[in-house]
Amino acid sequence: MAKTMKKAKKNSAFWTNFVLIVICIIWLIPIVGILITSFRPSEDIFRSGWWNVFPHKEYVELERVTLPAEVNLDGPFEIKGKTATFEEFRNGVELEDGRLITWYGNKRTRTAVISEKQWVGFATNLTLKNYKDVIGGKTISYKNAEGQTITRQGNNLGGAFLNSLAVTIPGTIIPILIAAFAAFGFAWLDFPGRNIVFTVIVALLVVPLQIALVPILRDYVSMGLNGTFLGIWLAHTGFGLPLATYLLFNYISTIPRELLESAYIDGASNFTIFTNLILPLSVPALASFAIFQFLWLWNDYLVALVFLGEKNQTVTIAVARLVGEKGQDWHLMTSAAFVSMILPLIVFLALQRYFVRGLMAGSVKG
Amino acid sequence: MSVAQANKPTPTGNSAIGKIISWFGTTLGQVLVSIFVPAFTFVVLWQGYMFLQRANAPQIVQVIVAIVWGVGGVALLYLVTNWLVMKLPKRLSRVLQPFVFVGPAVAIMAWFLAIPVLRSLVASFRNNLGTEWVGLENYKYAFTDPRMLETFRNNLLWLVFGTAFSVGLGLLIATLADRTKAEVLYKSIIFTPMAISFVGAGVIWKFIYTYKGTGVGIQEIGLLNAVVTGLGGTPQPWLNLPPWNNFFLIIIMIWLQTGYAMVILSSAIKGVPSELLEAARIDGANETRAFFSIVVPYIKGTLLTVTTTIVIFSLKTFDIVRVMTGGNNGTNVIANEFYLQSFTYTDAGKASAIAIVLLLLVTPVIINNVRQFNQSRRGF
Repeated sequence: MAKTMKKAKKNSAFWTNFVLIVICIIWLIPIVGILITSFRPSEDIFRSGWWNVFPHKEYVELERVTLPAEVNLDGPFEIKGKTATFEEFRNGVELEDGRLITWYGNKRTRTAVISEKQWVGFATNLTLKNYKDVIGGKTISYKNAEGQTITRQGNNLGGAFLNSLAVTIPGTIIPILIAAFAAFGFAWLDFPGRNIVFTVIVALLVVPLQIALVPILRDYVSMGLNGTFLGIWLAHTGFGLPLATYLLFNYISTIPRELLESAYIDGASNFTIFTNLILPLSVPALASFAIFQFLWLWNDYLVALVFLGEKNQTVTIAVARLVGEKGQDWHLMTSAAFVSMILPLIVFLALQRYFVRGLMAGSVKG
Repeated sequence: MSVAQANKPTPTGNSAIGKIISWFGTTLGQVLVSIFVPAFTFVVLWQGYMFLQRANAPQIVQVIVAIVWGVGGVALLYLVTNWLVMKLPKRLSRVLQPFVFVGPAVAIMAWFLAIPVLRSLVASFRNNLGTEWVGLENYKYAFTDPRMLETFRNNLLWLVFGTAFSVGLGLLIATLADRTKAEVLYKSIIFTPMAISFVGAGVIWKFIYTYKGTGVGIQEIGLLNAVVTGLGGTPQPWLNLPPWNNFFLIIIMIWLQTGYAMVILSSAIKGVPSELLEAARIDGANETRAFFSIVVPYIKGTLLTVTTTIVIFSLKTFDIVRVMTGGNNGTNVIANEFYLQSFTYTDAGKASAIAIVLLLLVTPVIINNVRQFNQSRRGF
């Protein structure tokens, strides 16, 4: 009896793990796919799927046969002892020994390719060229599906990467600082209208920022802020402040009252209490919001598109442009996407714990 | 002589510096300093502003100036205003000081969010250039135009299927992972897409859906079409097939958002008391039964919060559609139509009306948040 229970438990553990592993594989395949693709030469990408970098059997060309002019291609004819029509040869005819005859190009070439299935090893053909091309801004050239060489301007993703940093770092620090002051004010200082103003902030948490884009853009145009870093920091500060204030308020208001009172009795001013007591105590909350805001700014597309545009483009805009303009250049798109993902992935994986904490506290935001 | 003694300030007696310092003690000196310090601060900040607004220095320099100006400037602003307020008579400074702390945040939020709500509301009753009143014309478009009706249908699809699958899968994975040893690993993998931008995810999935067309010797390079041909089907241009293309876009959202639902729900599930579950098992309930009659009711609140968050997210969905299809082939959504109206057709009236529609759609959530907040803070 106990034995069967144990067995059933073991069995169910196996199935639980099995289901989870399958889901995890499904979740990872898309990322693995573009990661592998980003290292393949452009010609290979156009010719075959990324899974072909793994060892597999593939038809490898052995020789080419050119038919003499007197052979009539309109009826059935013979290659290597096999008789078939042109259409059949075009679709591929297999010989008894496993070799394959396929016609090369159209009828006029009078050429057939004999190939045989062979094992192709792992990652025979990987390169860093795509990354070089997409990061640099200079002229690049690559081969397309037909093997022709294409030359054009690079995408300067390196510059976009710097721009993203220029947007993200101040855009993360400034709202945190302002929100920390405000959160302290709302939590510990008394002033008329405190309740109402804070309720409005709670209401603003889920206001779609679309509502602000047109009016703010109008302000920016008249102030000369459109397309500048300053403009986008202010915008991100404005859009990030409700959540930042709310999160930090929740945290700061739980600091024990006695701690602050004893500091007041010692004669400390509000300002010193804030800088010497509240800020150091709030580091965990500040850190979770910082990661939150950092990821949100780095991955933001809409706000950057509206307020920065193609001048000072960020990585998201650069990648989106690449998709719009060169929708079939997978070697560039995949490497660009990876360049855009690498920093948030590192930050995220390294500081996941803080991020989760922020997520829990802020799950009211849309 | 010890170092401490050497560092002591020199007595202000006969030196000129001493005279200057003692002059600062007079009322006139204090007033002049009170004017000079903020004025100086203002000039420094203004110079930084002008430098950044011109934006013609090399990127690296700009970034460094930006960080120093932004962070230092904000700190300086607080320091100086606080210093100024403290100089005022005690009663006045006590009244004003809270505003030093909350003032900047409130002003910025007012400028960037609260006032725009009113400005958009006004603009939604005016024409495309904002020069004339047009009554409800823009709302007639927003609620009856076939373009808008298409976006409503699609957003509804996003809302229903995106939310149901994100929350459902998140709950499933959280529950299953809770029982395994490799829980952290599984959860990390599912959670990882949260770090990826929608634009990046767009590229990833566009590559999966890519289609080369039919012909002799063509090998599909998109995973989905390769699987379909491998199973003997014909490859399809998945993103050009209305209405199914909507679902292919929604899958991307599910891929991105399941991790979020899973993480939040996972911590809620861990909060379910194990005695409760044990008692149910002893009473003969199997795992499924225990899950639905113990776990689900226990985490109902969290489930609701997660669902609400993802619902709001699905209403505002923009980047994925913008990058994948541009809203063509029957995949348009409200936020994309807003973008088209405001920046492609430059119709501020229609755009504002659409923004107001978005706001109306999230209003129940706003009301609920406010109500809950007020309840939780009775003694605020």
